[in-house]
Amino acid sequence: MSRTLMRGNEAIAEAGIRAGCRCYFCYPITPQGELVEYMARELPLREGVFLQAESEVSAINMVYGAAAAGVRTMTSSSSPGISLKMEGISYMAGARLPAVIVNIMRGGPGLGNIAPAQGDYFQATKGGGHGDYRLIVLAPSTVPEAAELIMLAFDLSDRYRVPAMILADGMLGQMMEPVELPAPVDPQSIPARPWALTGAKGRDPNVVLSFDLDPQGLKEMNRELQQTYREIQGTEVRWECVDTEDAEIVLVAYGTMGRIGKTVVRLAREEGIRAGLVRPISLWPFPYEPIRKISAQVPTVLTLELSAGQMWEDVRLAVEQRAQTPFFGELGGVVPTPRQILSEVKRYVSS
Amino acid sequence: MSPVETSIPAGYTKVFGRPNSLSDAPTTYCPGCHHGVATRLVAEVIDELGIQERTVGIAPVGCAVFLYRFYRCDFVQAAHGRACAVATGLKRANPELIVFSYQGDGDLAAIGTAETVHAANRGENITVVFINNQIYGMTGGEMAPTTLAGQHTTTTPRGRDVATTGYPLKISEMLAQLDGPTYITRQSLHDAPHVAKARKALLTGFQNQVEGKGFSLVELVASCPTNFKMSPQKANKWLVEQALPAFPLGDLKVRD
Repeated sequence: MSRTLMRGNEAIAEAGIRAGCRCYFCYPITPQGELVEYMARELPLREGVFLQAESEVSAINMVYGAAAAGVRTMTSSSSPGISLKMEGISYMAGARLPAVIVNIMRGGPGLGNIAPAQGDYFQATKGGGHGDYRLIVLAPSTVPEAAELIMLAFDLSDRYRVPAMILADGMLGQMMEPVELPAPVDPQSIPARPWALTGAKGRDPNVVLSFDLDPQGLKEMNRELQQTYREIQGTEVRWECVDTEDAEIVLVAYGTMGRIGKTVVRLAREEGIRAGLVRPISLWPFPYEPIRKISAQVPTVLTLELSAGQMWEDVRLAVEQRAQTPFFGELGGVVPTPRQILSEVKRYVSS
Repeated sequence: MSPVETSIPAGYTKVFGRPNSLSDAPTTYCPGCHHGVATRLVAEVIDELGIQERTVGIAPVGCAVFLYRFYRCDFVQAAHGRACAVATGLKRANPELIVFSYQGDGDLAAIGTAETVHAANRGENITVVFINNQIYGMTGGEMAPTTLAGQHTTTTPRGRDVATTGYPLKISEMLAQLDGPTYITRQSLHDAPHVAKARKALLTGFQNQVEGKGFSLVELVASCPTNFKMSPQKANKWLVEQALPAFPLGDLKVRD
């Protein structure tokens, strides 16, 4: 397989097309403009639909419509745009419509800036929209992994009928790396959608709804959703461990921060500090269990984020005071250097 | 879907019946409400064009939220105001479908104004049924964008003051100014001759889509006796005397 030098945003777009995305709806926003432009250029040439909507709200509702029609569909945006999509995302969760939403996070709150940040973790993993729902949230830390996780996001979203989000940041979107692109998905291998709205020919009508005015009915709908979420929590937790076996301090970081964390581990080891890293790949379902196990063996679990400490809450839930759980974060789109983090690590190791 | 069989006793001839595209579920509309008329007319048109098996309807938020129960075709329920965006997604994903939205005035002309204007401007090949009854029905009779000047609603208890709340929004006139749409018309449901005209307009609106002609919107001026706190007869009279002068009937845009 040949490798291609690609920008993160473009690799995500190309992988989306190869995953079988037939309809892509968007509204332009930095720092993911290349994703939109790539789709505009490529998708119509490959039997797909590209449409620039009048708003993020419309774009996500076009995704809702295309998903209801039974095709693989996606949208992408960045933080403020994702906030606007939250209404539609909640409806999709309720209506059990599969789709992929890409968030190339930027600094916030408000308009913030277009520098890399991880301040949308709560929004992605804890709700964001209204109601008791979850998204499958996958966080790549390199451009090749972003391409790989897009394919996985479509598969998982189809399998569970739960919308999936790719949570990346401006650094990943903009950076160029060699990528071995995944082979295109065989359309025949995409699961059938007997529930889709294809016209009631030779069958009873299908309906796609996110509501039930009868409390008992809505309770049952919610119960089924929660059952699906439990199943996902049981089977779809993904993470990477680096040098955790003998570690005296374990870092927990995802995405761009996870990548920097790997360098920190290497630098620390060069200085004789036995550092390790847990990199959550699925942010929901969160890898509570692996972190719980590791926390029984190390005195310090240091969380690193490009935020004020959002995933940190999940890390502390996993550790449950078995180890100390300090936090190191940067704000506003500032990205720390590995050396800065290394000096933070040194505060917690006695050697 | 198979046609509904009705047995007709010997010696009788069937002169009137339920359209095949309507289910036998009773509607949830109030007595005297024109939604029931509009719902039936759309079903008749779907039958007449023979498109039941490829039609997907979009139910709004509001009094027509249960439309999916009343019809015998595929249906999706959209968030308030988003029907034209959902319709766009459905139709672009599968152009073989006949996609129609059915929306009230709050849905289409307030919270969904942007979705409506831009779907029309793109000339999306969809059909929009727009019920203009000048009030929010299901939520309890609040002011709609189409509420008339001076009209009493639960949020304009002293009558709509145009100085602070603006004027009745003439969205069909607005849309008719655009290059994108194919067919924009306003009809009324207050008596039999007008119902017949409304049916013809709906037929054109759906036929346009079947022929790939583009965006059609059929506005139907209707009344809401419950929230107007009037008898159906009085509400009908009010429609003719008060609503129609503000919303004149007829074709606003027809493009072949």
